[in-house]
Amino acid sequence: MIISVASGKGGTGKTTVATNMALALGEKVELLDCDVEEPNAHLFLKPQITRTEKVETPIPLIDLEKCTACRKCSDICRFNAIAVVGKKVLVFPELCHSCGGCMVVCPEKAIVETGRELGTISYGHRNGIRFINGRLRVGEAMSPPLIRKVRAAADPERVTIIDAPPGTSCPVIAAMNGADFILMVTEPTPFGLHDLRLAVGAVRVLGIPCGLVVNRSDIGDQKVFAYAESEGLPILMTIPFDRRIAEIYSRGKAIVEEMPEWKERFVDLYRKIEALATSRSGASQCVK
Amino acid sequence: MKIAVTSAGTQLESEVDPRFGRARYILIVDPETLAFEALDNSANVSAFQGSGISAATMVSDKGAEVLLTGYCGPKAYLTLDAAGIKVVSDISGTVMDAVNAFKNGKVTYATEANKDSHW
Ligand code: SF4
Ligand code: SF4
Repeated sequence: MIISVASGKGGTGKTTVATNMALALGEKVELLDCDVEEPNAHLFLKPQITRTEKVETPIPLIDLEKCTACRKCSDICRFNAIAVVGKKVLVFPELCHSCGGCMVVCPEKAIVETGRELGTISYGHRNGIRFINGRLRVGEAMSPPLIRKVRAAADPERVTIIDAPPGTSCPVIAAMNGADFILMVTEPTPFGLHDLRLAVGAVRVLGIPCGLVVNRSDIGDQKVFAYAESEGLPILMTIPFDRRIAEIYSRGKAIVEEMPEWKERFVDLYRKIEALATSRSGASQCVK
Repeated sequence: MKIAVTSAGTQLESEVDPRFGRARYILIVDPETLAFEALDNSANVSAFQGSGISAATMVSDKGAEVLLTGYCGPKAYLTLDAAGIKVVSDISGTVMDAVNAFKNGKVTYATEANKDSHW
């Protein structure tokens, strides 16, 4: 079971929901922080990190001794990552998508593989909960390959909870694709609703069952509830604005640990997700 | 010698296109005879990344030694530099104005790119 926790915009409480659900479920789960530009799930889960490794993506390196400036490499690269001017060959690592095309077409075997660092992946655990996060190198623009690496490390025997990046672009799709359920976290404000609409649009393209958690559910204009009703989006949990919850959050603590009554609510949230993800009626919720 | 000028149209009277990679046309002009060729840059205009790199390759292939344009990004600049092409940015007015400014020596060569890359 793979559950991707997403939100149209940042700051809605997506990470709070992902970490608290993981802590409520305990041993059988793993939490994958795929918000690789700003990973912060570790701040709330507080895992013990046991290993951190570098992740690289292959990019070409040109051996100018062998190169005849034939341009076959720059002609095949649709990303403009290689330019041949005169007798010189320039590689723009940050534009390279690691397709390998240039290496295949070079008639002189003048192209070898080197690496560009995408970022790091860390592994750890907390109370039997497995934890993995990705951290994009500062200045690196391509996060989907790193997100895919984090997801590839998932353990199929566990319930996988993914903290997805906010938004609706490629990185989010990389964090939602192939999930069994997408849990959207939103706020009942006009901004929240606007971004939720965009995010729901993206989920529909993927055809994955989804449901909503409304955070700070008693603030704002409440239009999100009417929207959910009209779109047939099940609301699986509401978290009211509560000074105690805000305080717990600001101290970097988990709600389920400070307010035990919430543990059962997060377990219940998981049960609802499980039911929707496995039933066909659930599957129709987000596929219009 | 030949110089390259980014242009919104195909004539010497056309306005300079301030962009390089995504310029509509690039005119390759002989400043002495004013003979010129207009290169259609639309293939690069629609490229989703690296348009300046391929525009720079095209300008180099045409044998231009100097580029007159509005803005030139870092990757295009690196490519032009590797090709030995000098860059003059902050150019405006018509292509003819730019050619005249060049002929009168009223231009300053850039030593680095002046626009953050966008892709
Ligand atoms: S690996 Fe692919 S994207 Fe990268 S430079 Fe070669 S052809 Fe271009
Ligand atoms: S394909 Fe190989 S030989 Fe041809 S320009 Fe590229 S690196 Fe040089």
